[in-house]
Order: sequence, then C-alpha cells, then structure tokens
Amino acid sequence: MDKNQIISPENLVYAKPELMNDNHMHYCPGCSHGVVHKLVAEVIQEMGLQEKTIGIAPVGCAVFAYNYIDIDWQEAAHGRAPALATATKRLLPDKMVFTYQGDGDLAAIGTAETIHAANRGENIAIIFINNGIYGMTGGQMAPTTLKDMKTSTSPEGRNTQTMGNPLKILDLLALLDGVCLATRVSVHTTAAVKKAKRMIRLAFENSMAGKGTSIVEVVSTCNAGWKMTPAAANDWMVENMFPVYPIGDLKNI
Amino acid sequence: MSEETVLMKGNEAIAHAAIRYGVDGYFGYPITPQSEIIETLMEAAPWKTTGMVVLQAESEVAAINMVYGGAACGKYAMTSSSSPGISLKQEGISYMAGAELPALIVNVQRGGPGLGTIQPSQADYFQTVKGGGHGDYKLITLAPSSVQEMADFVGLAFELAFKYRNPAMILTDGVIGQMMEKVKLPAWRPRRTEQEIREQCPWATLGKTADRKQNIITSLELDSAVMEKNNERFQAKYRVAEATEVRYEEVKCDDADYLLVAFGSAARICQKTIDLARNEGIKVGLVRPITLWPFPTEVLHAYGGKVKGMLTVELNAGQMVEDVRLAVNGQIEVAHYGRLGGIVPTPEGVLASLKEKVVH
Repeated sequence: MDKNQIISPENLVYAKPELMNDNHMHYCPGCSHGVVHKLVAEVIQEMGLQEKTIGIAPVGCAVFAYNYIDIDWQEAAHGRAPALATATKRLLPDKMVFTYQGDGDLAAIGTAETIHAANRGENIAIIFINNGIYGMTGGQMAPTTLKDMKTSTSPEGRNTQTMGNPLKILDLLALLDGVCLATRVSVHTTAAVKKAKRMIRLAFENSMAGKGTSIVEVVSTCNAGWKMTPAAANDWMVENMFPVYPIGDLKNI
Repeated sequence: MSEETVLMKGNEAIAHAAIRYGVDGYFGYPITPQSEIIETLMEAAPWKTTGMVVLQAESEVAAINMVYGGAACGKYAMTSSSSPGISLKQEGISYMAGAELPALIVNVQRGGPGLGTIQPSQADYFQTVKGGGHGDYKLITLAPSSVQEMADFVGLAFELAFKYRNPAMILTDGVIGQMMEKVKLPAWRPRRTEQEIREQCPWATLGKTADRKQNIITSLELDSAVMEKNNERFQAKYRVAEATEVRYEEVKCDDADYLLVAFGSAARICQKTIDLARNEGIKVGLVRPITLWPFPTEVLHAYGGKVKGMLTVELNAGQMVEDVRLAVNGQIEVAHYGRLGGIVPTPEGVLASLKEKVVH
C-alpha cells in the first residue's frame, strides 16, 4: 500500500477537529492541555455550536487557548473568567458559554468569582485543569498542590501547617444548589479521554439547556513543572493526585 | 415612551436614563452614597420591559469584570460605585482600556483615603484622569454638575465610549448623587438587536459566523514590538479625542478679571460665589470643565492671557489645579481652594479664599 492509498478518504479513521487550527502549540510535550483543547474543539464541532460558542480564556498556561480553537474568545483578567462568562451568558442566553481555567486561576485568585457564579447557577460550563502547580510562571505552589509536594515556592515540600492544605474546590462547588454537574475526569488513558469527552459534552449540553453551572475538573499533569517525563508524570498523577482528587462524579443532576 | 419631566435624585436619574437609553446590562455592588442606582434599577425591573439585565455581583471586582464580558459582546454594559469600590475596579478598567472595550463606569465619590467617609468628595480626580489602573491609558471622563446632566451623560458616555472603543466614566460625587432636582428624562430607545450589534461592532464576540474570522478580545501581546504598536494606536486615538471631544461651560467670563475653575458640585457652589463677588464689585467668571479628560487645556491657556488670576475650587487637596497650571503655563498665578474629607465648601468660603489668594 503506497502513501496515496493510505491517505485516501475511505481509509480515514481519525482527523484533527476542524476547529483546531494549525498554529504551533506552546504547550510542553506531555502536557494535558493539548488533549483537553482537542476534546473541547471536537465537542463544539459535533454539537454544531461553532457559531453559538463563546470561550473565556484564563491567565495561566491556557491564556492562549484562543490561538488554537477557531471560535470567538474573550481573554479574562486572572481569576475573573466566571464573571465575564456570567455577563456573556446573561446577555446572550442562546449561546454556549464556557470558561477554561487552571487551578491558580480558578481556586486561588478567582475563588470568589468561581463560587458565586456557581452559587447563582449561571448557565455556563467551566473546564478546570488541575495539575497542582502554576505552570506558566514556572512551577510555583498552587492551592491544589499536594502535601509535601516540592515547587519553586515550596522547595522543601508543601508544609500544610504553614502553607495550607490542598484545596478540594470541586467538593465545595458540588455543595452549591446552582451546580448541576461537578465531575472529575482525567486524560491519561484512552478510556479516560473518552470519559472526559462525554463529560465535557454534558457540561456544554447543560449550558444550552439552562440547567445551571457545570464544572468538569480534569486532573492533569504538568510534567515540565513536576520535572518528570510525560510517562512518569502520568504514573505520579495516578499514584499521588487521584487519592486526593478522586475521579468520578460528585454531582450530576 | 416619550420624554418625561420628574423630580428625583441624581443617582435615580442615572438608573432611569440607563433603562431609557437601551442599556443591556448593569452589574454593581452596593456602596454609599450611590446604592440608589442599583436599588432604583431593581425596583424598576427593566428585564420585564426592555430586557435589560440587572445583577448584584459578589464584589466590585466581579462587577467590573462582568462589564468587561458584556462589553466584549458589543453590549451597552455599565457599573457604578463609590471611591473605595472604584479602587477595586481599576484592574478591570485597565484591562478594558487595553482590550479597547467601550463601557460606562459611574463613580459617585466619597471622602478618602481608605474607607474614609460617606460624605462628598472630588479626591478621585487623579485616579480617574491620570491612570488609576496600570499602563498608559486614558479614561473618557464626564463631570456632571446637575441631576439633568447625570441623566444626559449616560447616553453621551456610551456614545463616546463606542466611538473610541474605550471605557468612559461619569465622575460625580455624593452631592450630585443625593440631591433632588427637576430632570427631563430622555425618550425610550429600543435595545439594539444582535444583528445591529454585529453590524455596528464587527469586533464583538457574538459567536463566529462562517463569513468572518474569529473575534478575540484580549489585552495580551507578548511581542513587545507589536505591543508598542498597540500602545501607539491607543495614543493616536487619545490625541483625536483630545482634539475633538473637549467640553466645558463658561459662566460670566466675558468681562471677568478673575476666573474660578471648578467641576461638578464645586462648580455649582462657585456659581453662587460669582454673584457674591460681583455684588462687591469683583468681576469673577467660571470655567467648568465638563470633560475632565480630555481636559479643556486650550481654553484655559487662552484665559491665562486675559484674566489677572485664577482659583481652582475642588473638594480635595489640590488635584485639578495641576492641570490648570499646566494649561496656563505660568502666564498668571493659579491658586487652589479645597475642603477635605467630605466637607463641602461654602460660597462665602470660596469668596474669602479668592480675595486672600488671587485678588490683589
């Protein structure tokens, strides 16, 4: 079989989503962001929502999400994405509005905006990347950093006596009446990726159906920040992150 | 509905003018002395009539970022607060200037610094016209001196904000916000349809259609060479506004030997001082800057060559006086009279200061 036969349309079993453009990604090899971006683009495309979707990008590694997914985007100040999303969805109730945020953005500086948007039951979807570290600024401690985990601002490991405990913010959010979906997924195996895609789709469906706030927490790797190979980072995540941030639904109504 | 003449507070006039202008969203957080704005909106319940969204946010920070989101959709979005809350909004104002988003922010000033007092003040002049947030940007600033202007400037602020794709502020204080006057409210205008916004604001994030590229609202640009170009574009825009949007009022300036320079509530007090002074044979006039940025530099420079002296009157320790002195550029003496911490000057106090510092 020559190359032309291999790439003929009838042999096509996989394609990049049309909404993903050809810009060179700035994410580190092995990082979870690339997979989650692809899932977001696939779901928007499969739901036929390209013309109805407005994404809100965070401050952090995903600040440039707008460079990769070909929809309209707003870039928020650090932590404020749920406030932007609140106004956008209230003023454009027939659109699908989602934020894409990291753990520092959502669970530290943006805690108030996150909790109150969820408490109001804003009809938005929140894609929450939890890798337990600040990636963009070079590996500082995050609110979700594990006990004893070393970062550039906890070089001897996170001392929970002086630096606080890993913040399980999804557990907090699941308690709020405005939240219809609070779920933890991951993207380290094929099965996990498929599950993550189903939950992202459900979150987007909830936004369109006006069911309330949906949060999909993606327990992720930051192999560059963790100073590990991608494979070792996946293993470390399963061994250390999953016990603190267990995969599965906390709320799904 | 058509025009309507009513008696109401300045804060209430802002709320009713916003509904009638066709504002799409108000996002605010209570703070004295401006809580009547959100209270009036909640009482009027415009979501039942025009479809306007009114939302009480969890903080001033959230409110200004909701305004950012609304403005990014090309909507008429606004917020209001008072001095301590406006300090919290500076992040969002800087981001909106950087992302070139039009919106209205109302500051009903109270005395500071810190939690300060709930009484009137004009001590946020520097914060408003000299930056406030980070970066090289300008905030279109309108200073009403009557309840009528509180109503009128809502529409004017949106007009200028959208013309220049820049946030605009109504800078007022507890005097104008709380006092009641007769006001003619504008006729009701329909809110713009999504199609109209798509045509008027091709940059707005309303969902990417097949006939255009994606719209991205951001203030971020990591390439310094491009960021310098962005800043140069902002500055060019500001120079156009400075050349074309200056607004001011002159009161009895034709034969004046001395000028008072004051904005907002201080200008109202100065009008009485003019009468008191003229009764004593001192020919005094008033220049009232209406736009604090862009500032009426040229007209004040010209008066610098005509009158013998100027006194700026402010509810602060001397802020606008710096811009008046820059405009006058040393031609004559420019003195300052101010009361601080929420104390409002009296017409007699202004006259005494004028005689002490300027009339020789």
